[in-house]
Amino acid sequence: MHVPQVHIRWKTLAAVAVGGALLISGCGGGDDDDGGKGGGDTSQVEVFSWWTGPGEADGLNAMKADFEKKNPGTKFVNAAIAGGSGTQAQAVLASRLQNRKPPDSFQGHAGAELLDYIKQGQIESLDAFYDENNLRQAYPQQLLEQISYQGKIYSVPVNIHRSNMLWYNPGILKDAGLSGPPKSVAEFITALKAVKDKTGKVPLSLGAQWTANHLLESVLLGDLGTDAYNALWKPGADWGSAAVTKALTDFAEIMKYTTAEAASTDWQGASKAVVDGKAAFNIMGDWAYGYFTGSAPNGLGKKDGTDFKYAASPGTDGTYMWLSDSFTLPKGAPHRGGALAWLKVAGSKEGQDLFNPKKGSIPARKDADKSLYKGYLEYALNEWNKPGIKLAGSFWHGVYSSKRWHADIDTAVGLFLQNKDVAKLQSALVTAAKNNNTQ
Amino acid sequence: MTSPDVTPPVARESIEGRGRRGRRAWRRRAPRWLPGLLLLSPSIVAIGLFVYGLIFWNTRVAVSGKHDMVSPYGFDKGKNFVDLWDVPSWPGAVRHALLFTAVFVIGALVLGFFLAFLMEKGIKAEAGFRAIYLFPMAVSFIASGVVWRWLMNPAPPERAVGLNQLFNKLGLGALGNDWWQNPRLGMAAMALPAIWQMSGYVMALYLAGFRGVPEDLREAARVDGASEWKVYRYVVLPQLRPVTLSALIILGHISLKVFDLIMAIAGKQIITYVPAVATYVEVFDRGDPANGATIATYLLVAVGLLVIPYLVWSVRAERER
Repeated sequence: MHVPQVHIRWKTLAAVAVGGALLISGCGGGDDDDGGKGGGDTSQVEVFSWWTGPGEADGLNAMKADFEKKNPGTKFVNAAIAGGSGTQAQAVLASRLQNRKPPDSFQGHAGAELLDYIKQGQIESLDAFYDENNLRQAYPQQLLEQISYQGKIYSVPVNIHRSNMLWYNPGILKDAGLSGPPKSVAEFITALKAVKDKTGKVPLSLGAQWTANHLLESVLLGDLGTDAYNALWKPGADWGSAAVTKALTDFAEIMKYTTAEAASTDWQGASKAVVDGKAAFNIMGDWAYGYFTGSAPNGLGKKDGTDFKYAASPGTDGTYMWLSDSFTLPKGAPHRGGALAWLKVAGSKEGQDLFNPKKGSIPARKDADKSLYKGYLEYALNEWNKPGIKLAGSFWHGVYSSKRWHADIDTAVGLFLQNKDVAKLQSALVTAAKNNNTQ
Repeated sequence: MTSPDVTPPVARESIEGRGRRGRRAWRRRAPRWLPGLLLLSPSIVAIGLFVYGLIFWNTRVAVSGKHDMVSPYGFDKGKNFVDLWDVPSWPGAVRHALLFTAVFVIGALVLGFFLAFLMEKGIKAEAGFRAIYLFPMAVSFIASGVVWRWLMNPAPPERAVGLNQLFNKLGLGALGNDWWQNPRLGMAAMALPAIWQMSGYVMALYLAGFRGVPEDLREAARVDGASEWKVYRYVVLPQLRPVTLSALIILGHISLKVFDLIMAIAGKQIITYVPAVATYVEVFDRGDPANGATIATYLLVAVGLLVIPYLVWSVRAERER
């Protein structure tokens, strides 16, 4: 029998090839270690992000141009790594941090997602930086509270996306005899039933497992209210309460009206079903707006108001469930001076006004130039700056849950999608909170 | 070690210069296996480091208490191997892997054997068919996974795409189903792309096996009055046992480690969670190296249970020959 031996020989060859590649890449990795440690080296700045997609890459370039104008002596090195929501980038980043070769500044979702870096002592607190640059007044107070860990701030938020958004097809709602978007979770369930009975369309389009998590956070917020939702992520929170049971029961009910093929669809497919007239509702973050209205090949070229409309997800009007991309200062950044100069641009009004219209998000600062934001972004900016607006952090998008808590909730929801057992879901969420809620 | 030098030393010195003598002396002292060893040493070092070194390190992490990036390694006496069964997603992952393996291995073996059997009966343009059946193996699981993800879409008739749409168009709507999104038997559907991909390879193995059975044997059986069925049952098939065994091993270890196919079709969703995906999730998403290494060790043991008896058997068989 020759085959197994061939197989083993190939394995050997593959091992040698991979080993060689590793050695080569190991050698190649050494040449970025030129600057002195710490200090105020401003000769260059290496900015690590996952902004490579349409819109976001343009926004980053606009900020880069602004940075180069303000810091003529500093070379800007764009170390962006492709891959949606940064999964690949984060794996690369983790290995760079482990090898103590951090970039000068890296992107991360503001909030608890940075906890791992904080606990490992890989990023510095930016309190002094905030004070020097008067940033504490520039950002909403609630936002700063929600991204602080033990009273300290570790990153500079650049933009704000909204998670609790309901997208709907006005035509299908009319056919179902609904006068407008539902205002509460209970109304939502009635509306879903009406769509199912009267139109035969998909009541609520849903994508792969993570979009169920996204839906869950909107349902929790809608049923519990902002304060109770925010309290869930604080130490000693009670996930076993009757209120949570009620919210999870509603979640289970809502799930009955979702698409059968959800698991093989990503968020784009699920959101597209609304503007294509196949589904009545979809709950997705406000990045869907850019996808709907953008021109081909990256957008669908649909019209706001006729092809689709939007509202806060049921029961969450008056609350902005936010998520944010932010930049950090790694400990031992090779060009600390350059990194601080970059953070200054990232936290500035000009920098954020250059970046956000292109990315399709709004500035985290309160003093943005309103004339730059049109369509949905105008609405979003008004909501963000509305007096009395309440802020809630999106757990799924990294504000309230550490990576492990996030993964444990994902598992609980994934198992629920199989067994549809609310009691099991709740006890899994209680366990996840017990194991991870230790801030 | 070295071959005895037959030329007397004096004569040699007169023939060759002093410099040459030095080189010769080196050659005499250098054992014959040395050049071979030197040639192999890069791969020995690489395998030692990157295969066995990493297996050692993985096992070390698996028996450590390093459940996050900051705590020290320590030693927890294999507690992880027990505790893993309390991780909510793990029992399902094992169940999925077993179901996938059973369907994939049996499916690929049966289909591969059947294809080889047809070829063996002598068809026209055999080389062409052989190439067609082998082609899928040249495609990576990641690439074919993207296509199969679309083919096995469980949408109901009004939105159907892929295979379900095909069934509808052919009037076979009743065959439309949930594919891998069926909560109980989904992993059986997940095995379809793998069967498609690997059955050509199994066919090639069997075809070689069939060709290895001398025509004389069959003739002899026929002369003795055996029917064609009996020729296969009692003459050809017994000679194919080694082929079946090695195909079983090759498919089995691919199947237990399956990762790319699942990631391409379903990603990290619980519905098709398998141990290799769990390793990734534990290490990169949950930041738990000890759990990830424990799962990797379980995988290694599972593959070892399959491969080691086979290696022992084949070494013994070779010695007997």
